[in-house]
Amino acid sequence: MESLMVVLVGILVSIGTYLILSRHIIRVILGTAILSHAVHLLILTVGGLKTGGVPLLSQSDGPFTDALPQALILTAIVISFATTAFLLVLAYRAYKKNGSADFRELRGMSDE
Amino acid sequence: MNNLLVLPIIIPIITAVLLVFLRSHIMLQRIISLVTMLFLSLISYVLLELIQIEGILRLDFSGWLPPFGILFVADSFSLLLVLTASIVTTICLIYAFSTIGNRHEHMFFYPFVLFLIAGVNGSFLTGDIFNLFVCFEVMLLASYVLVALGGERIQLRESLKYVLINVVASWMFLVALAYLYGTLKTLNMAHIAMRVSEVGQDPMLTTVAILFLVVFSLKAGLLLFFWLPGSYSVPPTAVQALFAALLTKVGIYALIRLFTLMFPLNQEVTHTIIGVMAGLTIIAGCMGALSGRDVYTIATYNVIIGVGFILIGLAVGTETAITGAIYYLIHDMIAKALLFLLIGMMIYLTGETVVKKISGLIRNYPLFGWIFFIVMLALAGIPPLSGFVGKVLIGQGAIEEGSYVLLGIGFGSSIIVLYSLLRIFLASFFGETTISFEDRKPIPKGATMSFILLAISIVYIGVGAEAISVYVKDAARTLINPSIYIDAILKG
Repeated sequence: MESLMVVLVGILVSIGTYLILSRHIIRVILGTAILSHAVHLLILTVGGLKTGGVPLLSQSDGPFTDALPQALILTAIVISFATTAFLLVLAYRAYKKNGSADFRELRGMSDE
Repeated sequence: MNNLLVLPIIIPIITAVLLVFLRSHIMLQRIISLVTMLFLSLISYVLLELIQIEGILRLDFSGWLPPFGILFVADSFSLLLVLTASIVTTICLIYAFSTIGNRHEHMFFYPFVLFLIAGVNGSFLTGDIFNLFVCFEVMLLASYVLVALGGERIQLRESLKYVLINVVASWMFLVALAYLYGTLKTLNMAHIAMRVSEVGQDPMLTTVAILFLVVFSLKAGLLLFFWLPGSYSVPPTAVQALFAALLTKVGIYALIRLFTLMFPLNQEVTHTIIGVMAGLTIIAGCMGALSGRDVYTIATYNVIIGVGFILIGLAVGTETAITGAIYYLIHDMIAKALLFLLIGMMIYLTGETVVKKISGLIRNYPLFGWIFFIVMLALAGIPPLSGFVGKVLIGQGAIEEGSYVLLGIGFGSSIIVLYSLLRIFLASFFGETTISFEDRKPIPKGATMSFILLAISIVYIGVGAEAISVYVKDAARTLINPSIYIDAILKG
């Protein structure tokens, strides 16, 4: 199961990287979202997938599944949600102001 | 256990939320944010004194003992940086009062500065590496807003790049955390350090360490600084000064913590890489500072040179060098803030950014000119100003270790720094004045006051180096002997 998950993480990372390298702002933002999903799965996988019972003392006698990766992922999801939301608003404002969503046209001149 | 420790992060957050509701009361916002920052400076000073008496302090949140819960740890190194950050922010706020403009103040400028400080202080104080990630994100989100606030064309363009670079860097931070957790099964920094010293730093752990090095190099502007000159030159002056003083320094703090506490064992690999990166950073920074025609380029590349110089101290790694790095870090926070405030004021007064087009400022503004002279000498490391002690100690450490190349690059950069700033000083402050005495714009009183306060701090750190040496020496001793830190967390 773990190896399967790692392969999935690899696929997601390659899709994310491909999107990040494109020129359109929205595609880049989608790329960052996919990358963050990939790393959440990675954290889950390195913590060990279901290796025991529910980590509650009353529910089982152990061994317990490590609950920490899930807590970490929850935090990371919230953070990536906030950054993605901010990025989308920023991209929209930049598009309105610059009239372009293409990174080639956002290079900027040195004499500005 | 000491509940005071949570105050440097919780007070700015609560005040910031409160200020959101006081949107239209600008005067009240100013007073509250200033009082908050003064209070924070006081608290961090009290904590710093307390550490000298009681040793390393820690606060286990909701009573979860380490290594299980999240905790805050305060040693002299963290607290020195929290104190300096609070003082610099207070002074930058005084500058902002008279210059930032009504539009920014209405768009929640003060709340975001306070959120930024909460993130910075949290990063300095946390003892859990995942919490470090969270605090970094708090700081970065506030900084994204501060870069974009104002909504100018160039700001939106540069902030988009700044945000994307940092999102990718944070992603790599998470990847490194995942592998770290996968190998060591712990996230508490002291516990990581203990496990690393027990099992030895095998190639896997060194790889994780290098992944962290890449992440924090991006944040600190060590070699991977391509994003820095663009995004540091677009926001308003007070924000630039805050960024130059605080943001890269948090990355440097994380690097120093990481490679003195958690991964100190494989120094031939890691410290060599840091040394090479620091050297290249300085060389690239010098080239940028020399080639720059406008004041922003020169100032931002000076930030990069400073980063490289501090990390020479880490790369050399002896106690003397680390002491020097801490001195220089404190100096750099204050001096870079002052440099950016002065540069911003030059542009405000003349409306020009190109060095050659500004001339004769010292005729109309003698005090302003001489303060620029002071910061120039301090950044070049001339005694008795603040840069001197740090430079001498880092140099001494480099000689002890025989790192003559780094020594040469480091001290060579001082001359370049002096030259690049002297060019501004000679061209823009001396010569024929372009504005007559009657037509000159007055410098706002708040701005003058902030210049004077920062200049006093620079002189104080230089002349009174003995007074802060108690704290700096304690900080360096703890960094060199990680067992002090580990015992305070896991055996206390």
